[in-house]
This record gives sequence, C-alpha cells and structure tokens, in this order.
Amino acid sequence: MTALIFIIFAGIAVFCGISLVAQTHPIASALSLIGVMGSLAVLYLQLGGEFIAMAQLIVYAGAIMVLFIFVIMLLNAGAEASSRQISIFARYLGILLLAAFLGLISFIIQATLPKTEGVVFGAFQGGTAANFGRRLFTAYLLPFEVTSVLILIAILGAIVLARREV
Amino acid sequence: MPTSVPISWYLILSAILFGLGVAGFIYRRNIITVFMSIELMLNAVNLTFITFSYTLKQIDGQIFSFFVMVVAAAEAAVGLAIILTVFKNRQTLMIDDVSSMKY
Repeated sequence: MTALIFIIFAGIAVFCGISLVAQTHPIASALSLIGVMGSLAVLYLQLGGEFIAMAQLIVYAGAIMVLFIFVIMLLNAGAEASSRQISIFARYLGILLLAAFLGLISFIIQATLPKTEGVVFGAFQGGTAANFGRRLFTAYLLPFEVTSVLILIAILGAIVLARREV
Repeated sequence: MPTSVPISWYLILSAILFGLGVAGFIYRRNIITVFMSIELMLNAVNLTFITFSYTLKQIDGQIFSFFVMVVAAAEAAVGLAIILTVFKNRQTLMIDDVSSMKY
C-alpha cells in the first residue's frame, strides 16, 4: 500500500514537473507546479511529516502560488514567443543528456546508499505539530527570530520595489 | 510489490525533480517560468530533508525544510516585485530582451 501510494504520487510529481518545463504558457506551468507541490505533500505525510505536509499545502500551494498566479494575470503574460532559433538537434540532445544524467544520479544513489529498512507509513511519528513546535521554540529559537527579521526586510523590499516611481 | 518503499526511491525522485528544475531554469525564456523552476528545485531539496528526517528519526530535517519554505515565501515576494518592476520599465517578460548588463 505504501509503495502503491508512493508510485502514484511520485508519478504525478514527475509528470507535473515535466509539464512545468514543457508548457509554454505560464498559467499552465503554475498549475503543474501546484500539482508537484500537492503530490509532494502526500509524500511528506507518508514520511511522518504531518505538520510540514499541511504547511506545504497552505504556504506553498496556497499562498506562494496564488502570488505567482496573481502576477501572471496582472501582467497578462501570454504564451512564450519562440523567437529564438534553436536547432531541433540541440533540443533532443539536451533531453537525452538530461535523461542520461538523471539515470546516472539514480544509479549512484541506488548503489551507494546503505541498505536500511524501507519507509513504512506510521513508523516515525515525531512530525506532529506539538513536537515540531517544541523543537522549533527551544533548539531553533534564534533561527526562528532571525527569520522574522528576514520576512520584515522582504516586506519592506517588496513595497519599495513595487512603488510607482522606481 | 514490496510493502515498504526504499529510502533511495525518495532520493531519486528528489534528484529527478531537481534536474527538471535546472532544465527549466536554463531552457525557459519567460522570467516567471524561470522563477517557478527555482521553486521546483527548492521543493526537491525539501523532499530530501524530510526523507533523511525519517531515516534518522529526528525532526530537525523537517524544521530545516520549514525554514526553506519561509525563505522561499520571502524570495517569492521580493522576486515577483522585481518582475513587476522589470515589466513596468521594459514591457517584456522575456529574459532575452532584458540584457543591458550583458558585456
């Protein structure tokens, strides 16, 4: 069952990832990215990250992608004009090389990783919101506070950049 | 079909998604799609963090991926503001046309 769910959602993630790269229209790419994020949230849940799976759905697939789609619609971004003259040979060679590279990486991961027991759903239950918060607010308190400063700077930067007279 | 999934499958999926993100970053010409490819790469790295968090039975990897999410949110806000400014000044979203810093 765990393997079946993994195969289904990994397949959706890879399909949507290829679709993100292959589509010419930004809206189609954005929807593909939402598909990748949703299926990755399922895999996070399988790995025992309950809180992070929900955060993935709410923060990534919810907030960040809404921001992307808002900007795409605001700028009325249409399909990508194929102004460049790219040879068909180079394109297929690139796809072939990417596939060969990924195959090589997969082989290296498969060959060098020590053989441990596989992932079983429910074997790691440390990812609850209670555990997560306890760890975040004790051991990682300083990074958490620094992050709040980072977000403040990002807000100020976004406001300054998006002002009219820049 | 095995009942448990090997750890390596998650890492291979992560590598494939990261490779696709790099390919989109290099190949695409629309600045918004390039930006979305970066988000895809960040997601792939998050999957690796959470996989090792499961392997080591420690929550620290999930906290790292939480920080990656927060930084990605800040980056998206600033990056999209930059894209808005570029579009306002140039009336284009194609990165081939935004090349005044070339040479």
